[in-house]
Amino acid sequence: MNTDITNLDAAKARELEHAHHLEMKTFGFWIYLMSDLVIFSVLFATFAVHGKNYAGGPTPQQLYDIPYLFVETMFLLVSSVTYGLSMVAMQHNNKKMVLVGLVITFLLGLGFVSMEIHEFYGMIMSNAGPDRSGYLSSFFTLVGTHGTHVSFGLLWMGIMMYQVVKRGFTAEVRSRLMRLSLFWHFLDIVWVGVFTVVYLLGWMGVS
Amino acid sequence: MFGKLQLSDIPYNDPIIMGAVVSSTVLALVIIALITYYKKWGYLWTEWFTSVDHKKIGVMYIIFALVMLLRGFADGIMMRAQQAMAAGADHGYLTPHHYDQIFGSHGTIMIIFVAMPFIVGLMNLVVPLQIGARDVAFPVMNSISLWLTVAGGMIMMISLGVGEFSNTGWTGIAPLFEKTYNPGVGVDYWMWAFQLAGIGSTLTGINFFVTIVKMRAPGMKFMKMPLFTWTALTTNVLMILSFPVITVALFLLTFDRYLGMHFFTNALGGNMMMWNNLFWMWGHPEVYIVILPAFGVFSEVVATFSKKKLFGYTSLVYATAVIMFLSFTVWLHHFFTMGNTPDVNIFFGITTMMIAIPTGVKVYDWLFTMYRGKITFTTPMYWTMGFLTIFVIGGMTGVLMAIPPADFVVHNSLFLIAHFHNMLIPGALFGYLAGLNYWFPKSFGFKLNETWGKLSFWGWTVGFIVAFAPLYVLGFMGMPRRLAHYDNMAWQPWLIVAAVGALIIAFGIFAQLVQLFLSIKDRKKNMDVTGDPWDGRTLEWMTSSPPPDYNFAIIPKVDELDEFWAMKEKGVAYKKPKKYFDIVMPKNQPHGVVIGVLATAFAFAMVWYIWWLAIASLVGMIVTVIMIGANDDMEYIIPADEVERIENEHFAKVALAQANVNKNETEG
Repeated sequence: MNTDITNLDAAKARELEHAHHLEMKTFGFWIYLMSDLVIFSVLFATFAVHGKNYAGGPTPQQLYDIPYLFVETMFLLVSSVTYGLSMVAMQHNNKKMVLVGLVITFLLGLGFVSMEIHEFYGMIMSNAGPDRSGYLSSFFTLVGTHGTHVSFGLLWMGIMMYQVVKRGFTAEVRSRLMRLSLFWHFLDIVWVGVFTVVYLLGWMGVS
Repeated sequence: MFGKLQLSDIPYNDPIIMGAVVSSTVLALVIIALITYYKKWGYLWTEWFTSVDHKKIGVMYIIFALVMLLRGFADGIMMRAQQAMAAGADHGYLTPHHYDQIFGSHGTIMIIFVAMPFIVGLMNLVVPLQIGARDVAFPVMNSISLWLTVAGGMIMMISLGVGEFSNTGWTGIAPLFEKTYNPGVGVDYWMWAFQLAGIGSTLTGINFFVTIVKMRAPGMKFMKMPLFTWTALTTNVLMILSFPVITVALFLLTFDRYLGMHFFTNALGGNMMMWNNLFWMWGHPEVYIVILPAFGVFSEVVATFSKKKLFGYTSLVYATAVIMFLSFTVWLHHFFTMGNTPDVNIFFGITTMMIAIPTGVKVYDWLFTMYRGKITFTTPMYWTMGFLTIFVIGGMTGVLMAIPPADFVVHNSLFLIAHFHNMLIPGALFGYLAGLNYWFPKSFGFKLNETWGKLSFWGWTVGFIVAFAPLYVLGFMGMPRRLAHYDNMAWQPWLIVAAVGALIIAFGIFAQLVQLFLSIKDRKKNMDVTGDPWDGRTLEWMTSSPPPDYNFAIIPKVDELDEFWAMKEKGVAYKKPKKYFDIVMPKNQPHGVVIGVLATAFAFAMVWYIWWLAIASLVGMIVTVIMIGANDDMEYIIPADEVERIENEHFAKVALAQANVNKNETEG
């Protein structure tokens, strides 16, 4: 019985198993994103049905501050770019630049969420909260669900910064960073839909 | 500290509810006492509760489903008893409010806590074995799905004794379920139980989709997959795409009830019909989620016990896929009476009728598989033939209701109740019970008792006809669903017949329990030593019964549709491989149970407005998920020597069994 061969087999088997497993995780994460997309689709559909039910309450033109929202949108769009740059740095195994990229992304994301909370707070204070009308219920739920996703993304990003520092670029850490990247860009795309359908069309009086 | 919860919320003055609460509590205490007495907690925890082995998770799902079936059936027979009595001056033994809760919990339990866990359980048991895999793609997530479903079931059971259950049916009735009309906790119990199980199902869908797409044995192309795996795959697609819809719908209702929003209200811009649309956008695919895998079971059973290749495999696959697509295009037939334009109703009427076409294709495929086959009349085969006969009638009544003007006449009448029970009992449940009898030996290493299995079949079949045929008649007589009391005395005789039918079904369930008990008791007589008790065709029969943790010592290479059958034909089955290798397997993890317990606490806290507990358990769940994500040590290794030892043991048993068969043949 040759122990060396057994050990070799074990190491090799484990390595193959890991590679396959990480590939499956990425695939599974794509599938999860598709089901998450269904969640947003349903919320968009609900907004399409409820979006004009003002019930005598405020209308989009009275509520939206488009320049403010433009800045908020830019925060999120630029954060996608910085995340992308961070991933490029990961290809070069540049730990420092990865962390710099993640920190900037994190701050931009945090800025986006803070601006959204500030917007919501102002609306609720001026009697335009989610319980005011069907329109506002669907508005807060759609925009708020996106914001909640971004917040969880931030939490995840914080954990990944910790793992990059502590564990370096192991196969698992790389795979997780790639999946967070998918998540982050996904939220960006959804936001483009939100900004267009909810804010721009609402402000123009179309939706 | 306890939110809205007070001692007076326990309905101790209602003898019927208390009887149920006391008996289930006593039963639970007896089980706990027995486990403690035999010191099995450690064993249960390490070998079962924390297990990430798909075979064990499957068994736990099915046990859960069978227990919930008893509760759901108790609700059913209570309704039949009430309606048999409550005519004219007699008001029956249930108050209307209690009756309303019972029809809601019956439906919720049967769909969410019986059909779903049963089918997911069968998928767990069989799919990895059929595709030649060692586990599912995400074993820990599999455990989380299980425990989220169980958490939902726990919330259902708690609602029995603490507070009340929803009185707006299993489908929810907008705007009756809004806070204004339903200030109690009943709707909240329903909503949270449903929500937890639904999230678990979405995760299951993703898990098995990835498993089937990515983990098939080399050579197993999509068109070489066994039909059960195909139906599982289509069901997973439906789960991934439809369950998020109900998740959102339930959250919107949550926001209405907890934050005063206006999604389904009839004031301030709410839209009641939005609920019906969202619910059935999930609800109709859900029907196929529970029924398609049962079709898969029938396909496996009919081929095995006819000793023939499945007739029209390709057409069955395409029919399954077509049903998957069409299931998303028919949801509106649940409310033709909503007030749509005729064009809209016609569109959905036609798509609904179209679903009958692929289903008809399947029925013929099964019939032609049996044609000129050498049929063995085993219990699974009984269930299959019972299904074929009864299901076709239900299908025809469905096509009848797909015609909008006809539907206006019978909408929400007992005709509808008869129709969907006629689909789901033979279509889904018979399939699950066929699957239970068929794959039981694979999981436990011994066969189930045939006599009592067949008695159970007769109880269910005869009982089903006696219980539901009268409901068709009553539907035509104009009796609406969900009545706690009625004045039309002409209905009563039919309802009494239906109640008798429910009693016959009760015998069927009793026979099922006797079957399980006797089979366990006499297991030595019905041992399955070879792992292939039915002379099976697909890969799961290649392993021992029960299979080793790693399922396959060497992952098989697949050339044929019925690969194991082909191996037996060629005489290459049961051949020892030249060399064994180390096998990497996932370690058991406690995270699933932890999330299940926290989810139960969270849902209970939300129902009763115990905010501190809700926040604490939510944070706990998030932390647990982070811990899973950060855990890089999830595997262990089974050394090649150990694999060889286990395999050799199995080969020895097989050799002994084959020698016995040969001896009997020469002697006979």
